[in-house]
Amino acid sequence: MDIPYTVEVRRDTGLTNGKIGIWLFLASEVMLFGALFASYILIRTGAPSWPRGDTILNVPLATFNTIVLISSSVTMVMAWASLMRRRFGTFRIYMGATILLGFVFLVVKYFEYSHQFDDGLFPSTNNFLAIYFTLTGLHMLHVIGGMAVNAYFWGPGAKLWKTNPEWFTNRVEHSGLFWHFVDLVWIFLFPTLYLL
Amino acid sequence: MVLTIVTVAISRFHLPVPIAVTVALLVATIKGSLVACYFMHLISEKKLIYAVLALTAVFFVALLALPVLTVHDGFWIH
Repeated sequence: MDIPYTVEVRRDTGLTNGKIGIWLFLASEVMLFGALFASYILIRTGAPSWPRGDTILNVPLATFNTIVLISSSVTMVMAWASLMRRRFGTFRIYMGATILLGFVFLVVKYFEYSHQFDDGLFPSTNNFLAIYFTLTGLHMLHVIGGMAVNAYFWGPGAKLWKTNPEWFTNRVEHSGLFWHFVDLVWIFLFPTLYLL
Repeated sequence: MVLTIVTVAISRFHLPVPIAVTVALLVATIKGSLVACYFMHLISEKKLIYAVLALTAVFFVALLALPVLTVHDGFWIH
């Protein structure tokens, strides 16, 4: 049995099932990160003193990573736009660039974490580091998840393009929405943890 | 990307915490809105998506308000 409403829109919602599905998932993700941000506010406002992020963390590296992630969002949009213009070769290039930029983000984060562990900075060190590692760790898992889905559409999943290009384009759009959400979360994490 | 540089530059001024928080979150909100409106094309989306996000926003604000109410000796948490 075929999955219904993958390309044609439902009359009652005006949307494909995939589109409403990914937005409901993102809504649940907002609540997940929202709970952690609320915890951050609670811990910070209840603490007698709180360190400025830039006295402990590496701001230039995080700034670089912010630019990397925003660039990856641009390439993701270009990948989807390429499919809309029926240019599969261009899609492959832009999607490949998106995955590569995600990998760069992870490598930078690896060096950042390694340096912090070498300096004896662990989640158990203090409340600031506990919430820092929790938030950035969870965000990093989302980056890995997004990269895995994007890699699937770049590789084996791309064969759908030959049989049902509209469905494939929609799937890439939904994957892109998740990727932009990951970017969006980092946009708020960066000033909250590194600069304030 | 320009706004990222602006955020870092402003943080160098070492403004008082309440002002620094307001400015940093304001710039982040502008950046986030641009991503949501144009990359996630929310600027031209169907009504149902807006309804889902409006409901999410209500619960998100309630979630963030909980610790604030606690700190300021709110009326239901003591």
